[in-house]
Amino acid sequence: MQADPNLYDHWPYRDRPKIVWPGDKKLAFWIAPNIEYYEFDPPKNPQRPGWPKPSPDVVGYSQRDWGNRVGHWRLMELLDKYGMRGSISLSVGLLDHHPEIIEACVARNWEFFSHGIYNTRYSYGMDEAQERAVIEDSIRSVEAATGQRIRGYLAPALTHTEKTFDLLAENDFWYTCDLFQDDQPQPVKTRTGKLISMPYSLEVNDVITYGALSMSPWRYADVLKRHFDQLLEEGEKSGTVMCIPLHAYLVSQPHRIRPFEDALRHIAGHDEVWITTAREIAQHYRDHYFDQTVADIAARGLATPGTGFDHAAA
Amino acid sequence: MPLPDEHLIYPHRSYGMDQDRYAWRPVTQRAPIALPGGAAVTAMIVVPIEHHPLNPPGKPFKHPGAMVTPYPDLRHYTTRDYGNRVGVYRILDALKAEGVKATFPINADQLERLKPLVEAILAEGHEIAAYGLSTTHIHWGGLDRETEAAWVAEVRARFDAAGLAPRAWLSPARQQSFATLDLIRAAGFDICLDWEQDEVPVAMKTDAGEVIGLPLSNELDDRALMIDRRQSEDEWAIQVLEAADYLAQDADRFGGRVLGFTLTPYVTGQPFRISALRRLLSGLGEIGVTAMTASGIAR
Repeated sequence: MQADPNLYDHWPYRDRPKIVWPGDKKLAFWIAPNIEYYEFDPPKNPQRPGWPKPSPDVVGYSQRDWGNRVGHWRLMELLDKYGMRGSISLSVGLLDHHPEIIEACVARNWEFFSHGIYNTRYSYGMDEAQERAVIEDSIRSVEAATGQRIRGYLAPALTHTEKTFDLLAENDFWYTCDLFQDDQPQPVKTRTGKLISMPYSLEVNDVITYGALSMSPWRYADVLKRHFDQLLEEGEKSGTVMCIPLHAYLVSQPHRIRPFEDALRHIAGHDEVWITTAREIAQHYRDHYFDQTVADIAARGLATPGTGFDHAAA
Repeated sequence: MPLPDEHLIYPHRSYGMDQDRYAWRPVTQRAPIALPGGAAVTAMIVVPIEHHPLNPPGKPFKHPGAMVTPYPDLRHYTTRDYGNRVGVYRILDALKAEGVKATFPINADQLERLKPLVEAILAEGHEIAAYGLSTTHIHWGGLDRETEAAWVAEVRARFDAAGLAPRAWLSPARQQSFATLDLIRAAGFDICLDWEQDEVPVAMKTDAGEVIGLPLSNELDDRALMIDRRQSEDEWAIQVLEAADYLAQDADRFGGRVLGFTLTPYVTGQPFRISALRRLLSGLGEIGVTAMTASGIAR
C-alpha cells in the first residue's frame, strides 16, 4: 500500500498557463447522467457488499429501476429543452437490459463512457487480467451497440486498483473521471498513453448533495449556480471545467426536477460557456494543452519521477 | 464484581482545576485586557494545511478527513488534495482582497511537496505554524514520551530545513498527550492552538517554560459545520459574524477578545462556498473586527 498514488504531480492552481476553450469560451460545461444498473442479487465482494442491506434490497433496487423507467426520460427531455447533450456514465450491462435507453441517447448524439459492467460489481480484489477484461468488455460492448469507441472511464462505484489507470492508458482511453483534485484537466502519470483527469465535480454530484449533504432541491440549485458563477469568473484567467454528475433516480424525482431546471437555465443563459461533452473537452485539451501542462510542471520544478503507484519507475 | 476502589476516590477534588497547566479564573475575575492593535475583537483565522495519505493506520483513531473506503480510496485522497492545490488559493485570494492576515498550520511532511504554497503564504504576509509531522502522527495519551519527543524534534528539524521558524503549534486532529505541551515548548513552540478554555490568550505552564494558548473555536469549525452537520456556507458564515458581533457589543465590560476559527481548504475552498467567505471577511471589517496572526496576538 502506498501513501501517495503518484498519479499526478502537485501543480498549484495559481499562475498556470492559460487555457482557452473553443470559441473563446471560459468554462467548459458538461453534464454526466449516470445510467446505471444495480443487480437484484449481486455476488458479494469480500470488501463491500453490493447493497448496504441484505439482498434483495427492494427499496434501493426499485428506486434505481424507477430511475431507468421514468426518471431517465424526464431528465432527457429537460436536457433536450436546453440543447444539452449528456456524456453518459454507463453501466455497460444496461446495453443488454434496456436498449431503448441506449437508442434514445444515440439518436441525440450523446456520448457514452464506461462506468463498469454493473454498479454492484466492484474493482476491489481484481487482478490485472480481470480488470482488463472489464475494460475490454466495455469497449467492445459499447462499440457493438452504438458504433462509438468509448474514451472515458469512471470506475464502478468509484472502486479502483493500483493498475486501473495504466490499463486505461494502454487501451487508448483519453480521460478518467476518477480523480477529483482539480477544476482543470491534468495529465495522469501512466506508463504509456496520454490519459488526462477530467474534472467530474464530485462535490456537486447529486448523490453527495441530496444524500451526504442533505440538500433540499432548492439548495442544490443554488449550489450549482454558485459553483458555476465562481468557475466562470476564474475561467477568464484560464479555462475551467464544470461537470454536473447526475443520477435520474435522484434528480428526476418529481420534487426535485423543477428546482434543478432553474440551475440549468442559469447556466444556459451565459454565452461564455462551452456546453459540450467530456470527449470533446478531452480531445481539445490533449491536442492543445497536454504538453503545455507537462512543460509548466517541469519548469516549476514540480515533476516527480515514476508513474501511478510506481514511484521508482523513472 | 464492583468497580475498583479508585472510582470512589477523588484526589483532585478541591478548589480550581484538576490539572496544573493553568489556574481557574472565571471571566468575572479577569481584568479587561487590551489586545495588540486595541480592537475589541480580533479574529484569528486558521487555515489548516493537511495531507491525507491513501494508507492511514487509523490509530489511535482516524484523523478527521482521513480515507473512508477500501484502499485505494482515490475519491477521498483527491478531494482532500484539491484543497492544497486549488481551494487554498481561493482562500488566499479572498484574504488578500480584504487585506486580512491568517495563520497556516502545515504538516511538516508536506513542506517539500507544497513548497509553492508555502512561498505564496509567506509572500502574502501570513504566518506559518507547525501542524505536527503528518495526519498519521497523532499525539495521544498512549504514546510513550520518547516517541513523541522524537516526533516533535523531527517537526522542528523539517521546518528548520525549510528555513522556517514557526512559534505556533497545532496538533494533528487537535489531539494531545499529557506531555505534548512540555515537548513542544522544549522544541521552541510557545503558542498552541489546540486549547480553547477562554476568549483571551491563556498562559499555560510546561516544564520548559510558558506556552500561550490561543482559543480556536471547535463549535465554529467550518468542516464540522458544513460537512458533519451539513449546514450551508451562508449558515456557517452568519454564525461566525454573529459571534464577532456579540463579542464586540460587550467589549466595555470584558475588553479585547479573540475569535479563532478555521478555513479548511478542501471545504471552504470549494467554488460554491467561496463567495460566502468573501462576504464573511468583508462583514468582519464592517463591524470593526480586525484579524491578526497567532504570533501577532500572542506577541
